[in-house]
Amino acid sequence: MNDRRETTMLSRVADSLYWMSRYLERAEHTARLIDVDLQLRLDHSPDAGSERWLGLLQALQVPAPEDGSLDAETLTHLLTLDRTNPSSIISCVAAARENLRQVREQCSSDMWEQLNRLFLQVKSTASSEAGLLDSYQFFRAVQDGAHLFQGVTDSTMSHGEGWHYIQLGRFVERTDAVARLIGAHFNRSPHPLDQAVESEEYLEWVALLKSCAAFQAYCKAHTAELRPLRVAEFLLLNPGFPHSVRFSVDRIHAALSAISELTERKAGQPVRIAGRLRATLSFSQIDEIMASGANAFVDSIRWQCSQAHTAIHQIYFDYSVESALVA
Amino acid sequence: MFEAPGIPRPHYRALFQTLLDLPPEELRKSQQAADLSFLHQGITFTVYGNSEGTERVFPNDLLPRIIPHAEWGKIERGLAQRIAALNLFLEDIYHSGKILADGVVPKELVYSCRHFRREMRGLNIPRGIYVSICGTDLVRLPDGSFAVLEDNLRVPSGVSYMLANRKVLKKVFPTLFRDYGVCPVDHYAQALLATLRALSPPGSSARHEPTVVLLTPGVFNSAYFEHTFLAQQMGIELVEGRDLLVHDNLVYMRTTAGLRRVDVIYRRVDDDFLDPLCFQRDSSLGVPGLFNAYRAGNVGLANAIGTGVADDKAVYAYVPQIIRYYLAEDPILANVPTYMLTDQSQRNYVLEHLDQLVVKAVGESGGYGMLIGPQSTAEQREDFRRRIQAEPRNYIAQPTLSLSRAPCFLEGEAQARHVDLRPYILYGENMTLVPGGLTRVALRRGSLVVNSSQGGGSKDTWVLRA
Repeated sequence: MNDRRETTMLSRVADSLYWMSRYLERAEHTARLIDVDLQLRLDHSPDAGSERWLGLLQALQVPAPEDGSLDAETLTHLLTLDRTNPSSIISCVAAARENLRQVREQCSSDMWEQLNRLFLQVKSTASSEAGLLDSYQFFRAVQDGAHLFQGVTDSTMSHGEGWHYIQLGRFVERTDAVARLIGAHFNRSPHPLDQAVESEEYLEWVALLKSCAAFQAYCKAHTAELRPLRVAEFLLLNPGFPHSVRFSVDRIHAALSAISELTERKAGQPVRIAGRLRATLSFSQIDEIMASGANAFVDSIRWQCSQAHTAIHQIYFDYSVESALVA
Repeated sequence: MFEAPGIPRPHYRALFQTLLDLPPEELRKSQQAADLSFLHQGITFTVYGNSEGTERVFPNDLLPRIIPHAEWGKIERGLAQRIAALNLFLEDIYHSGKILADGVVPKELVYSCRHFRREMRGLNIPRGIYVSICGTDLVRLPDGSFAVLEDNLRVPSGVSYMLANRKVLKKVFPTLFRDYGVCPVDHYAQALLATLRALSPPGSSARHEPTVVLLTPGVFNSAYFEHTFLAQQMGIELVEGRDLLVHDNLVYMRTTAGLRRVDVIYRRVDDDFLDPLCFQRDSSLGVPGLFNAYRAGNVGLANAIGTGVADDKAVYAYVPQIIRYYLAEDPILANVPTYMLTDQSQRNYVLEHLDQLVVKAVGESGGYGMLIGPQSTAEQREDFRRRIQAEPRNYIAQPTLSLSRAPCFLEGEAQARHVDLRPYILYGENMTLVPGGLTRVALRRGSLVVNSSQGGGSKDTWVLRA
């Protein structure tokens, strides 16, 4: 066993970095989704409310309250500041921080300070009497905080193994979240694929793009005329847009290849799964995908993504001692 | 700080003048900035037995405590002497036990100590160094001399606060700091690493650079911040028990690249929890099989197992004799007078004067299990009277010391508070004493207890160059 100073990383540490990153991505995603939804709600008639809420809860995989109450205040609280909901923004930020706290000697102090500050900010909103008075400010702050953390991470942490686990966590989470969003949307809003959407419906499609932070980027590529086929293509297959599924899968594959090289382990399984997924997205055509249904396609992506997650776990985080001693 | 009311001791004059010149608003702002920086850096400790907000910022006081060069020289020599003698003592009692046979320290005292580990009998450890890292608590007596209050030979903590305080003070008083000529402390982490490496098992250096890790009980431990801080400063892995495993008496850590051999463990886990196969069986903090690997000489531990016997508060009373016995020198630093409660006449005296004395449980630390006579209620004294009579070996008593006081910036003004001093001694290939230490402050007015768990805080300690 020779001295491989650069590449020593405890399995527990890798696990924590991975989950820290996933939780933070989840918090950012949730904040953006609610933010977009609240904006959209302003343009709707008040009675459309409860159905929208159910859709949002579903998109975030949060079970609806048992008492069936669907008023805005209760639900916003449930999704943002409710500690008993493990998917609420505060729970995700707290979990991200707790994970980073357990490995804080692995990250730069700037990273820790940034995440800690975000947590304290969310916490102080939660404990203030006023609560979510200015929700727009709050969701903005969470997204900014997460972006800032990514920027600080990229510019202060060395882009070694640990950084790759952070990348991995972020993009695994993102792939799953964006794929889920697309599937649910195409289910809910059937529309002729190659016709521009109009009027009331238009706003729904804008909201989908905005939920993936993609509206401006889409407009640049295809103008503000929205066609479902193009939207699907943009969100699924665009190689350059950071919230598209293909972009995310490319990152997952890159991170796994780098890790496998750094650890000098024959870690075929995760790289193979990510490579296959990457090939699927690189060589698929949008009309083929839509012909067999967007849902089937995103379900298969999500399933492969979870397979990759399991394989990463088994090879790097929780391997058996016997297998390691033989190696 | 003052030699007479209103007249500061010479080395405090410049600080005093600066304070007088500063508008209080300035100082308050600096204190706020410092507090915020501690909060954002997450320099916190955990308070046990308190479920709400268990993570607290360690209060830091801006005004430095200043120690002139000559006073420090004596402290340095005194501590080096003390640690050398205590190491010889530990080696002796875990081998032939000459000091016990010669009747200098009573056998019963050593063998009845809760921290005596019979598993260590006859075991030869790297360099024969039992205590590599030591934090000794000193107090300044009314006559101006320093005396030893307690030796912490197991897992002393607090050194990270010494380093963090220094970092903050340099930002707050840059000019004052430069003009004072303060000895640096920032090389502590590097000295610690060298000390730990010196403990690596023979043969490991031929294989590769020794791999040193810091073993922490985990994120819920009160000193967790310190563990992460030191690991980061030294550039070593911070591990938990579950990250390590023992196979064929070799210790490995579980990394993403497979298992990697570990040579030295700086363990911040108590003896009891180190190895469930050997010590406490239900411990999940330790590593099964670690003691066997240690016994086989395949891994170094700092500090060694069983050092607690030498910082037992009853053994403490014998340290002056221990120094004379092994080194044939007089102790440079005095002990605080200590009453042994196993002795009939001393016990009677103590029981009659409980309201004037401090009583301590011999195996406790962190300010737990203490009675401070003058500040106690009749009920508490009665409680301790019963406990002493039930288990006299378990307690000692000392006179209530008038700890020296230092100015602290509290409630917008400088107020005097009781302080002690904990310097950190490293003993590997050489003895290293970083000039400075942790000055702990009893922030509650009139309080004599400086432990962080009991409402204490800390301040930077400036040892002057000349």
